Amino acid sequence: MFITNTETLPGKTIIDCFGVVSGSTVRAKHVGRDIMAGLKNVFGGELRGYTELLNESRDQALQRMTDQAAQLGANAIVNVRFSTSSVAAGAAEIYVYGTAVRVE
Amino acid sequence: MIAFLGFITLLLLGFFVGRYLESRHFSSIRQREAELVVLPNTNSRYQLIPMQQIERSELVTGSVVISIDYFKRIVAGLRSLIGGPVQSYETLLDRARREAILRMKESCPGACQIINVRVETSSIYNAAGNGIGSVELLAYGTAIYGQVQATNGL
Repeated sequence: MFITNTETLPGKTIIDCFGVVSGSTVRAKHVGRDIMAGLKNVFGGELRGYTELLNESRDQALQRMTDQAAQLGANAIVNVRFSTSSVAAGAAEIYVYGTAVRVE
Repeated sequence: MIAFLGFITLLLLGFFVGRYLESRHFSSIRQREAELVVLPNTNSRYQLIPMQQIERSELVTGSVVISIDYFKRIVAGLRSLIGGPVQSYETLLDRARREAILRMKESCPGACQIINVRVETSSIYNAAGNGIGSVELLAYGTAIYGQVQATNGL
């Protein structure tokens, strides 16, 4: 599966279009990670636990989008965008969407 | 009295350790940016460098969550009383953005260029929720692998 965030796939020709596909995950805080983050809060700097959490949920959202595109018979997704929104206190959604296409 | 001493200790720890960690992070960012200057990135959707042959292209991402230190958070709180530029958050956002873009570049060794770069900022663990002033940065773009056309170019 080719995934890009440009309108076209560089070096390839789009022959068929299947419409918008999307994937999302909602993630919440983790108590253990929160305690470490509380300590880190004094010194500042990177919150590694949260970075990992962000990476995992982003990968999962991408995977869900890819699965949906594969079901439609596409072999590429173009014009991918990431978006985040807060749904409740302490929880947020990572949403990824793009256009499923077939390339030569 | 004990609470006050604790507060002062946290302030001093935040000021000295936080300042040291931040300057170390900035020097690491500057060094890695100098190393990765050979991999150009653009937020235009068109290719920055003309390519002779494109092997493949893929979505690349880089993300980071960075928190502010205690001292700066208190200073920012005081600043919000009188208004004006909040410098302590400016450096936080600056280092987070540059780190996210660096991670995106580091995730694709061998690429010729990254086009259509977008940067997304969010904060779910905000100050209203649990008092952690942290910011989440996600940078993403399309990395292009292949052979660069032999021109003097950029």
